[in-house]
Amino acid sequence: MSKLGELRQKQWAGWLPAAVVLLAVFLFPLFREPLDAQMSDAILALAYVVMALGLNIVVGFAGLLDLGYVAFYAFGALTAGWFASDHFTGIGGDSGVDFGVSEFAASLPGLHFNFLLIVIGAIIVCAIAGAIIGLPTLRLRGDYIAIVTLAFGEIIGRFAANGDEIKIGDYAFSNGRESISPIDQLNFPIVGEFDSATNLRPYFWAVFALVLVVLFVNLRLRDSRLGRAWIALREDEVAAASMGVPLVKTKLMAYAVGASFGGISGAFLGVFLNSVNANVFQFGFSIFILAMVILGGLGSIWGVVIGAVLLSYMNSNVIPSLDRGPLSDILTDLGLEFTFTQVSFGIFGFILVLMMVLRPQGLLPERRRQMELTEGIGVGDETIAETRA
Amino acid sequence: MEAASVPEASVRPTGRAATWDFISKWGLIAALVAFPAFYGVSDLINDGNLSRLGNNLVAGLSNGSIWALIALGYTLVYGIIELINFAHGEVFMIGSFVAFGLYGTLGLTTSTGVAGLALGLFVVLILSMLACSSLNVMIERVAYRPLRGAPKLAPLITAVGVSFILQNVGILWLGGSQKGIPDLIQAQRALFEIAGVTVTRADALAIVVTIPLVLLLTTFVTRSRLGKAMRATAQDPEAARLMGINVDTTISLTFLLGGLLAGAAGLMYALYQTQVWFFQGFTAGLIAFTAAVMGGIGNLRGAVLGGVIIGIIQQIADNREPFGPQWTPAVIFAYLVIIMVFRPQGLIGEETREAG
Repeated sequence: MSKLGELRQKQWAGWLPAAVVLLAVFLFPLFREPLDAQMSDAILALAYVVMALGLNIVVGFAGLLDLGYVAFYAFGALTAGWFASDHFTGIGGDSGVDFGVSEFAASLPGLHFNFLLIVIGAIIVCAIAGAIIGLPTLRLRGDYIAIVTLAFGEIIGRFAANGDEIKIGDYAFSNGRESISPIDQLNFPIVGEFDSATNLRPYFWAVFALVLVVLFVNLRLRDSRLGRAWIALREDEVAAASMGVPLVKTKLMAYAVGASFGGISGAFLGVFLNSVNANVFQFGFSIFILAMVILGGLGSIWGVVIGAVLLSYMNSNVIPSLDRGPLSDILTDLGLEFTFTQVSFGIFGFILVLMMVLRPQGLLPERRRQMELTEGIGVGDETIAETRA
Repeated sequence: MEAASVPEASVRPTGRAATWDFISKWGLIAALVAFPAFYGVSDLINDGNLSRLGNNLVAGLSNGSIWALIALGYTLVYGIIELINFAHGEVFMIGSFVAFGLYGTLGLTTSTGVAGLALGLFVVLILSMLACSSLNVMIERVAYRPLRGAPKLAPLITAVGVSFILQNVGILWLGGSQKGIPDLIQAQRALFEIAGVTVTRADALAIVVTIPLVLLLTTFVTRSRLGKAMRATAQDPEAARLMGINVDTTISLTFLLGGLLAGAAGLMYALYQTQVWFFQGFTAGLIAFTAAVMGGIGNLRGAVLGGVIIGIIQQIADNREPFGPQWTPAVIFAYLVIIMVFRPQGLIGEETREAG
């Protein structure tokens, strides 16, 4: 066999396990009842995978710690809230403005657009927001970037939570602490509308399709010129710049691309949860997603997928089951009255500390990142011994 | 036009850099003054006097002195290991909780006599300061020290993790909602009034506790042998090690000092607000961090100045239209972003922006 043929075969061998796993995930809904609780947990998990993959671009690839990622969840969900509900009742008369939705949704007041359009809208809104948030951080160093993004995330959260006070004409920015609800069902061209009340399978496949698209984009991006520029930037900014990597453009692209993935996931979650609830847009959520990326391995695409699935499974199943299990009885006997669900964010915080101290490269590390961590490549100028300029 | 290379060029920024330095400094000062000035003018027009603004300023000053104590903890730690100790706000929260717990232990109630109260509160102050400082030192030992020499973001991520753990300790301790605690000093009772401006007991207390602590701290850092070691380590850890300074101990000492101040702030917050909850540390932490950055992180005087300014801005945002308590964090974070972008070295701090 020729060398090239061998290489191809090797590549296929590397892809085989992934393909088998993806096929199994694809078939998963057929083994569950259409409205099974595990189905909705799985749908959430896949939506978090999309979000974690987006954050991975910013934090994992480009090495810019973003503590305000929840902002893009908020923007994505708000896009769904604006363009697929009766939030803007009054625009376009009693039956509102609609495009490519079912007859029922078209008859409702407010704006109603096809889900694909909403996703595109969310991508545009979030990419712009990401670039705007990224712009001021360009001149800052690592830890300052983290704080500025955190501040932005909190500001956006405040705007969403008090958006009922911000009005342009009769129309508020959001519904404040009350959710924007209900939101239209998923609408796709040709396939038509799904109904989450009777069957969750189409929702599962829809989010699975989003995961596949995002995964594909991620894998291609990583090996692209842009992806290599991100990694170069992460390892040594000065060296990257002197090799001709345009810093501003590369950093802004990282923010914009990462943000748009968050927006896609946010729009889907808004539709799936049937509400845009501003109480979720808090710092804790950013950390929840960050913990997924850290757990899986910064910069490792498959690791992040695993991390996201593991943490969302913990959040939806393991932690609640601890409350029902024998451990909870023991705690009650000891006189400690608390539920594990109450302290779930403490558990995620614990995971962050544990991972960073014991296994900073994550469960499924990316090879290059591991080298950075173990051999100290690219960290030489960041150690404590650095003389301050 | 760029200035030609005169000998002073290396000492003082020249040309565009100097212009930018001037614009950003006075621009920031103008942005800070604009806020109270606007309400001052509107008060003069509407009420004919400045008593509303005066009340805001007094409350802001005392509130700000609490933020200043927390901000000092950030600035000390950042100055020495360039780490944003994200868990510092939570240490302050634990300080409040310890203080509240000690009320019960010592039997301090609203009916305790003056002498007993003063003695009791002094004991509470010392104990909560000690509790916070040992907690802070412990955090450094467990979560930051193993990561010395790792990429800089690693300890920041553990700091976030620790802050979440402590928040949840708070939830387990006193539950997930605001908890009212005894108003031992009748905090809102007026002490005296000048020209319509009321000074409450809490205002007086905050300032009476803060000033000596800040003076003690600055004296310690600038005069004592250990303070000298701290400054040396901040300047160059490697060189400090070569000069026989135990860098690890010095860093622990820094965390200890930060914890002491956070504990004092915790008690004062409990006395002042008469309610505590697990989330107070997160907000307070960010506010205090903003204060530290405003003054120039790594700079002790700057942290105090920043704390006071932020306290005033916060009071005004809390009480005035069109803002309100629900918008205060957004206002403060907007200031944080503006400062970070246009003047990351703060009002009187050193240059901390990345070169190039």
